[in-house]
Formats: sequence, C-alpha cells, structure tokens
Amino acid sequence: MTRSTLFTLAAAGLVSTAACAGSDTKAASDSSAASSAPSASTSARVDLTGAGATFPYPIYSKWISDYSAKTGVKINYQAIGSGGGIRQLQEGTVDFGASDAPMTDEELAKAKGPVLHIPTVLGAVVLTYNVPGLTQPLNLSGDVIADIFLGKITKWNDSRLASLNPGVKLPARDLLVVHRSEGSGTTYIFSDYLTAVSPAWAAGPGKGKELKWPVGLGGRGNDGVSGQVKQTPGTIGYVELAYANQNKLAVAKVKNAAGQFVAPTIASITAAAAGAAEKLPPTTDYRVSIVNAPGAAAYPISSFTWLLVYQRQTDATKSKKLVDFMKWALTEGEGSAATLDYAPLPASLGAQLMDRVASIQVGTAS
Amino acid sequence: MSEVARPLVTTRQDDTGIAARIEGSAIGDTVYRWLTTAFALCVPVLLLLIALGVGTAAWPAFKAFGFGFLTSSDWDPPHNVFGAAPAIYGTIISAIIALVIATPLALGVAIFLSEFAPSWLRQPVAFLVDLLAAIPSVVYGLWGIFVLQPVLRDRVMPLLAGLPVIGKSALFEGPAYGPSMLGAGLILAIMVLPFISAVSREVLMAVPRSQREAALALGATKWEMIADAVVPYARSGIIGGIILGLGRALGETMAVTMLIGNVHQISASLFAPGYTMASLIANEFAEATGDLHLSALMGVGAVLFVLTLIVNAIARWLVWRVSREARS
Repeated sequence: MTRSTLFTLAAAGLVSTAACAGSDTKAASDSSAASSAPSASTSARVDLTGAGATFPYPIYSKWISDYSAKTGVKINYQAIGSGGGIRQLQEGTVDFGASDAPMTDEELAKAKGPVLHIPTVLGAVVLTYNVPGLTQPLNLSGDVIADIFLGKITKWNDSRLASLNPGVKLPARDLLVVHRSEGSGTTYIFSDYLTAVSPAWAAGPGKGKELKWPVGLGGRGNDGVSGQVKQTPGTIGYVELAYANQNKLAVAKVKNAAGQFVAPTIASITAAAAGAAEKLPPTTDYRVSIVNAPGAAAYPISSFTWLLVYQRQTDATKSKKLVDFMKWALTEGEGSAATLDYAPLPASLGAQLMDRVASIQVGTAS
Repeated sequence: MSEVARPLVTTRQDDTGIAARIEGSAIGDTVYRWLTTAFALCVPVLLLLIALGVGTAAWPAFKAFGFGFLTSSDWDPPHNVFGAAPAIYGTIISAIIALVIATPLALGVAIFLSEFAPSWLRQPVAFLVDLLAAIPSVVYGLWGIFVLQPVLRDRVMPLLAGLPVIGKSALFEGPAYGPSMLGAGLILAIMVLPFISAVSREVLMAVPRSQREAALALGATKWEMIADAVVPYARSGIIGGIILGLGRALGETMAVTMLIGNVHQISASLFAPGYTMASLIANEFAEATGDLHLSALMGVGAVLFVLTLIVNAIARWLVWRVSREARS
C-alpha cells in the first residue's frame, strides 16, 4: 500500500496548489508590476513608469515609442487595468496612472496629494448585434437600450424597436443581452450613459466598472462579448469602437441629445467632446462625463480616457520629463490617434490642457 | 553508487578512516537534519501566512455581511452589496459535473491501458491522454467557445431537452444559449481527465502480478479479476487521483470563465449560466477599487481556500478508511 499512499499524499498536496493557483495569478501579476516599478525607475534605463487602463494601451505604446525615438526618453507603461492604475498611483509606485473612469472623491482622498486628470484621447462604446436578415444599421435610442439591458424589451419585433426603425422588418426572435463579465472601463462608460438617459437604469443597476446585471450573459473582454454575439442569433452587446472597427462588426446608430441618429465614427466622437467642452468652466478638473453630449453630430456614448498625475512632484528630473511627454502627446501625439481608431481631443481643449499640464510643480504643497 | 562505496570499506587503514567518516557524517547528519526540518517547516508556515493574509484582507467583508456573505445572491459592486452564494454554488456544481463525467471515462482509459491494451498501443494512448494535461487552459476556453459551445447549443442541448421524463425536469429547463453550467462542467471534465487517468493507470500497473494470477487461478474471468482483485487493490490510489482532479476542477479559472456565462444566479438548470469563485476573482480583481469590493473578492478567495482544505480533509479521511478496510 506504500505506493498508493504516496500517490494520495501527492494528490492531496496538489489539491490546494491547484485550487489556489487560479486566484493567485491576478494578484501575482499585480504585485509584480508594483514591485518592479520603483526598481525600474531608479535603474536609469527607464525614465518614467506608468500603469493603468488597457483601452488606450495601443495609442499610449505608439506615443511612447515615437517619443522615445525622438527624445530618447524611455517610458514603461503597463496595461494592468484602470483600477490597478489608480491603486498604484495612490501607493506612489508609478509616475503616472491611467484610467477610463475618473477617480472618485473617495479615491482622490486616499492619494498622496492632489491628482490632475489629463484627458488624452476619446473612446466610444458601440452596440453590436446579430439579427439574421438585417442589412442596414439598426437605430437605437437611450431609453430603448436601457430597457433592453433591463430586460423590459425581450423581442426583436417589440413595437418600440419597430418605431425607431421604420420600414425595417425585425424578426420575432428572443432578444439576448451580452455584457462584459469582468470589470472594465467600457462597462463604466456604457452604464454612465444609461444612467444619464434612463431614470429606471439610474435607480436600478447604476454606473460602475462592474454591475449587477438584471439580464444577460457575461463574456470576458471585447472578444468574449463579440464572439458570443457573432455566434448566437438574436444577441446584442456592447464593445469599444476601435475593436468593432477592426473586426468589422455590425454597429447601431444611436439617437443623441439633439434627436439625431448618429453612427459612431472618429468625427462624431470628437464632436461629442467639443459639445461637452463648450460647457466646461475654465477651472474644471476634467473629471467630467461627456455622455449624451449636445451637438447634432455628437455620438452619445463617448468618453475621455485620462492620464493621472500628481500636481506636486518630488523628483525634478522626472517631473520635467513627464511634463514634456504630456505636452508632446497633447500636441503632436494627437495627430496619430485616428490611425489607431482613437478620436483626438477637440482643438478647443488644447490650450486649456497645456496650462493645466504646466501647473505641475516640484515640491510639497505650501 | 555501490561500486564507489566498496573500495572505501575494504581499505586497510579503515580504523582512522572509518572513525573520521563516522564523526564527519555525524556533524553532516545534524546539519542535514536541521536543514530538512527547516525546509519542511516552510510549507506549513507559508500556508499559515497565506491563510492569515487572505483572512485579514477578507475580514471587513465578513464583518459587513456576516453569514449572509455565504448565503446571499446579491453581488452589486456599485452599491457595495456582496453575496457569494452563486459563485460557491457554481464552483461546487461545475466540479461535480466534471467528476461525474470524467471519473468513469478516466477509469475506463486506465483499465484499458493497464489490462487490455497491446503494448504497441499502450504508450501512444497514454502519451496522448497525458498530453491533455499540458494544454493551457485558455486554449481549452477558446476551443470551448468555438467548437464545444455551438455543438452543445445546436445538438446536445435540444437532445437532452427532448429526452422523455428527465428532459422535462428542472435540470434541462430554459433556453439553450451555449454558455452554461453544462458547458463549464464538460470542459472541466476534459481538463481533469488526464489527472485521474494518469494516477489510476500508475496504481493499476503497480498491482502485483501475483494478485492477478491468483484471481485467474481461482477461475475468475478477466472482468471478475479486474473488478474483484485489481481495482480494489488500487482503490486508495484511484481515490487520490479523483481528489486531485477535483482540486483542479475547483480552482480552474480561465476556461471556466470563458464558458460559464458569468452570471450571479443559482439555477437548477444545467443550461443556465452561472459563476465560479475563481472566475469571479479573475474577472473583477483588476478593476476593483472600492475597499469593500476588494475585501469581498478576498473573502471569496478565503472561502475557496477553506473549501479546498475541507476537500483535502475528506480525501485524507476517505483514503485512510479505504486503506484500513483493505488491511483488515
């Protein structure tokens, strides 16, 4: 029996390892990012480190490589998610953070000093669907989207959907909702929009990076949601614009605040930011939502994505490099945004943002 | 080893030599003993530290929700309400489905390979089954989404729902979309199969030849020999293999996340989507910023930790009981 006992010993020991492995992976990758940051920044090979949102990662890495080719400044950006970026900024393990959702007052209070939100580019969330036989883009409005995701509209031939799409024959199929299963900035922007346009949504699920969804299935990542939508007739889900464009998904036009049905394009997203920017006071902290923005051409489910930096820096060399990089990104960098399916900031915001970046100082608060 | 040792023992000046060696080895023994003791202690200390770390981090959530954390189905991050019951339920159910499907299959494979397979077939088949264990779980997930799920939705689920009597039961109720407890359980079954079959095969092969010959000599058929002489002899090892599989099923994250649908609900129907504890942590940890939310995720980790400890304890007890029965 010795042999079999040996096996059971090994087996029993492995049970706990196997079970813990899953839960530890995320934590491990998070803490390794945290621990590598300070050592990397002192090693002189990397000048600045940042961490945060995955959504702007492609454009940030393009900026970083272009900027490094031009100036030799090395920047290390780790796309660990908005939440992780905020946590690492609070702990001071990175020189800048990045997030798709603005920091809450509670989160700001836990930071080591005043934090500036610097918008960099714009993103949009689009509705993608799988309706067999439908050839033209679907028209949707905010209250209908909210009622679909609340489970109040359950059939594709619902009278409210039909009235938004005159002349289109919608099937009598069941409507199946697909949403993101993991916490994401995309979910935040989408639920921010629904909260703005639907009192029922605001009173129910509300806004957040993860929600308590009334109906539907959870898919992991943009690819998880779009994969589910592509495979299952009758589904509707939401993904980022860049992802939808690159994968040629069917996307819906959404009725904006001016009553127009607008397709998500780079121009219509920048228009949303321009409409919202007009109303911003000069003292704004840019922690603003631009969903359901005014303007006839504005796509309503748009949002800024932000770089997060401390206004009072401790290291003069790093501070200068950081300020220079952000100034470059907000001017020259914006030019390359559209090539990667990101909408650049409206020109009207530029000068104001440069002033804000220039307000970064070295030294402690007086 | 023995060739090297022999000349040492047979040298002529062994008086001093042996004495020196004995003394030297005495010091070496002490050092070695303390060293191994220290290594051995590392494991329980590490376990304690993990339990302590997870427990402390999870404490605010346990304090805020009490026992309701385990029984409530409400998981609502924007409103800071957390109940892990659907994830606990999903973890256990998906693992049970996996074991129910994988155990007979794995035992069949193991028995075939140890008792029936011609030697030219044994190695390749064993190798292929073991290879299943080497496939990364994200690959299983992708395969599940693109191959298993459509087949389940279009063929298997309508078939199950069409079965007389049990097709009408709560087990196969509701629309068949693909992402489901059944899908997650099936992919887990494939993933744990190599663990159970590899361990079972090894223990079956280790059953002494005399055991088999004795059974045959008593006039047993091949089936009776396997059922009455070989499998009972290897029983505790087989249970060990099953528990190993269960451990993997409880903790598996990626593939399950991709197939289970990630919905916080408890449903008797195997067609309905669900959630598991490991998936929940993997899905929400990166973007969790609220203190209570993070603590609740740690709480889920703590529950998973305790669940695996309980499974381990039951496994030990089972093996102990089985081997005691076998001895008496």
